[in-house]
Amino acid sequence: MSVRGFARLLSVLCAFGALPSSASAQTDLASRMKDPAQWPMAARDYANTRYSELDQINAANASRLQLAWTFSVGADRGQEAAPLVLDGTMYVVGPYAGPYPNRVFALDATTGELKWSYAPKPEPAAAGVACCDVVNRGLAFDNGKVFLNTLDNHTVAIDAKTGKELWHTKLGEINKGETITMAPVVVKGKVMVGNSGGELGVRGWVTALDENTGAIAWRAYSTGPDKDVLIGQDFKPFYDNLKGEDLGVKTWPADRWQVGGGTVWGWISYDPDLNLIYYGTANPSPWNANQRSGDNLWSASIFARDPDTGQAKWAYQLNPHDLFDHDEINENVLLDLELNGQLRKVLIHPGRNGYMYVMDRATGEVISADAYEFVNSYKGVDLKTGKIIPNEEKTPLVGKTVQNICPAAPGAKDWQPTAWSPRTKLLYVPHQHLCMDFKASQVGYIAGTPYVGADVDMYAGPGGYRGEFMAWDPVARKKVWEIHEKFPVWSGALVTAGDVAFYGTMDRLFKAVDAKDGHVLWQFRAGSGFIGQPISYRGSDGQQYIAILSGVGGWPGVVANAEVDPRVRNAALGFTGATQDLPFYTAGGSELLVFKLGGAKGEDTSHAPPK
Amino acid sequence: MRLRNSRTGVTLAVLIGCAPAVAAAAPDGELRVCADPNNLPFSNSAGAGFENRLAAMVGEHFGQQVSYTWWAQRRGFVRNTLKAGKCDLVIGVPAGYDLVETTKPYYRSTYVFVTRREQHLDLSSLLDPRLHRLVIGVHLIGDGGNNPPPAQALGEQGIVDNVRGYSIYGDYRRADPPARLIEAIADGEIDVAAAWGPLGGYFAQHSPVPLTVAPIRDYERFAPQQFQFAIAMGVRKGDHALRDRLNAFIDEHRLEIKSLLRSYGVPLVEAPVTASGGHE
Repeated sequence: MSVRGFARLLSVLCAFGALPSSASAQTDLASRMKDPAQWPMAARDYANTRYSELDQINAANASRLQLAWTFSVGADRGQEAAPLVLDGTMYVVGPYAGPYPNRVFALDATTGELKWSYAPKPEPAAAGVACCDVVNRGLAFDNGKVFLNTLDNHTVAIDAKTGKELWHTKLGEINKGETITMAPVVVKGKVMVGNSGGELGVRGWVTALDENTGAIAWRAYSTGPDKDVLIGQDFKPFYDNLKGEDLGVKTWPADRWQVGGGTVWGWISYDPDLNLIYYGTANPSPWNANQRSGDNLWSASIFARDPDTGQAKWAYQLNPHDLFDHDEINENVLLDLELNGQLRKVLIHPGRNGYMYVMDRATGEVISADAYEFVNSYKGVDLKTGKIIPNEEKTPLVGKTVQNICPAAPGAKDWQPTAWSPRTKLLYVPHQHLCMDFKASQVGYIAGTPYVGADVDMYAGPGGYRGEFMAWDPVARKKVWEIHEKFPVWSGALVTAGDVAFYGTMDRLFKAVDAKDGHVLWQFRAGSGFIGQPISYRGSDGQQYIAILSGVGGWPGVVANAEVDPRVRNAALGFTGATQDLPFYTAGGSELLVFKLGGAKGEDTSHAPPK
Repeated sequence: MRLRNSRTGVTLAVLIGCAPAVAAAAPDGELRVCADPNNLPFSNSAGAGFENRLAAMVGEHFGQQVSYTWWAQRRGFVRNTLKAGKCDLVIGVPAGYDLVETTKPYYRSTYVFVTRREQHLDLSSLLDPRLHRLVIGVHLIGDGGNNPPPAQALGEQGIVDNVRGYSIYGDYRRADPPARLIEAIADGEIDVAAAWGPLGGYFAQHSPVPLTVAPIRDYERFAPQQFQFAIAMGVRKGDHALRDRLNAFIDEHRLEIKSLLRSYGVPLVEAPVTASGGHE
């Protein structure tokens, strides 16, 4: 049925009879996280580790991985979604494209049989206003319901068994440049959703919805007065410059916070013991820096909040007065690490700015921040003040050509999520290796209005490669091994108890590598490049499966799937230059690929039904 | 009177996610134009813009019926219309626009200051000290953090707190989203608007409150920021045949085009003559 209109159709709820009581809401998701057979949320667990305890596939046998089944989601645009697996059923969502934008499918996770599909009817105008391709980063699940975010700002609850819509709530306005691309996260019966569209001057927020009714419980803005940001008595930021009233207003020119960006389109993690959720906010917008004096709080920041009330506990700004489009929406991986002989509750945030932040997740203190990529746009992070040190030489100015700014606008790492293994104690980081030039540009033209913008031209960083998959040791504060890739590594990462790490490349390879030393164990050449999130689960046949969507796209990939002219180096906000040759390697795709071990002695690989 | 689209909303006939068609040959006798359905004074789906009128002139000259593919003119416009082979001609693009092959420019306009006539501000210089205290409205281009030229020049002078941004995208459900900036002057929300000439000129002409439109001066020190732009037509790269026919049309109809633009209030400026006597 349609997800149009403003009113929530409560009558729909009644049509499906009694709702499950919220008493069970506390335990369902958390208990499923303990079952390695399942993959209950995009990041697998609240700590955002993307670690699977399954170990049937290991370094010795990964070479025997083979395709078990495939499924097309029917829309050849960027496939960034993580499939979910619950009680033997896989749930997957397609991008906002094709005849059924953001269509949801339920499949038998073992056989690939289609059980049901649900097609929202979003607003066609959405495709014209979404910034960077039309991706969806995945679904969420809790208590028998699947939660979908549509690009045109609806959160929808779907009955996991039947595919029937239970409720939908409209959270934003596509005609004002707002979209939603992130995967929702359910915490204590609340569906947490953030918005996208920072390039268009929208105001960032996170909204919590009641999972049973879709009613909005709270909304926390990223900019504006404390009452909107949900900053109250409990707010205890670690650093002095973040203490003070209404800094979300005072660190902007008059009224600019009202369209200040700071959208929330990445990941949300949750620590049940501290009862805090963590997420990062995007860059400030939409003004050029010279019209945006001040630190522009709380853009490019990390928030810790109480999930019940939304009230902020602490916040930390990574990039005050951002000049480089360095959103800090990247994941915050929650770990307990022994640092200098002390067990510390930390979060690890691989910054878009190129620094690997290790922070005390109870207080917001930066314990360490080391460059994990080649960085020259900043000179480091002062651990006393928590402030990043800008490099004035690399300040982009309209009309002034500034060359060789590293990392480029997408940062050292963008949305593509990392994985953490408690066995190897390493963080597996898919990321890019790009620098950029800022130039006085050609003329742009929007709605009949010409302007001279800054031309951003991106290209491979030192060494001539554009992407990397690496293992990082956060205790030793150093890179342990790395694999260079031709293109940005825009896919997520997965690591398993079999000590195998998985990721995909934009030039169509899905790879299994030894988690200890990065040795490539196996690779599969797919129909289209990878920007998806690999997952692992156990089928009803007792086998371990690995699944990922193939289908190139996203910000660096539109050149291959959306007919951006590869001869125009600054199309797609400058990314085209960096991925100009992508169309020679891949076109768009929409294929879900599912792998398992095959070829063991005597094993039946016929896929024929039992006699 | 205030210009309002009489319909409650603007319907966009957009096709999403179709694989780009190979440029199908247009049926003989059809001039296939790519245009924004909601962007006066340039174009709208009712055919009321000067680019609609110009398209009709071209169609008549070629002996062809004009048909339209509608798409909001923002990022992806050229990709989803002209390059997708759905239409063959964009009536207005900056001369030399990189995404298309452009014809000769058929007009050149300038950014303007628009003020309420009753205020007698007589404002035209970017260096006018009053700009530090007047409330100034500018468009916000949005994608990728681009200021329009006046916003950039004001920022360079530290003029920030009294600058108000109006999204060029506006709310696309309403008629002519960029017009909000000019309405803000008439409504007294701001003292002055710095707008692209054709927008400022046209909406000032139709304003319920008398407005003054003045070309922006003293922009030289803000180079390489430009405040004047030449506008041409655009065809698909490699479509030299259509480009050449359009060039011939432009050469033959310069006077009619000029009077059409004047009737829409478009401020026209001559191309500056360089030291060597040639045109820029």
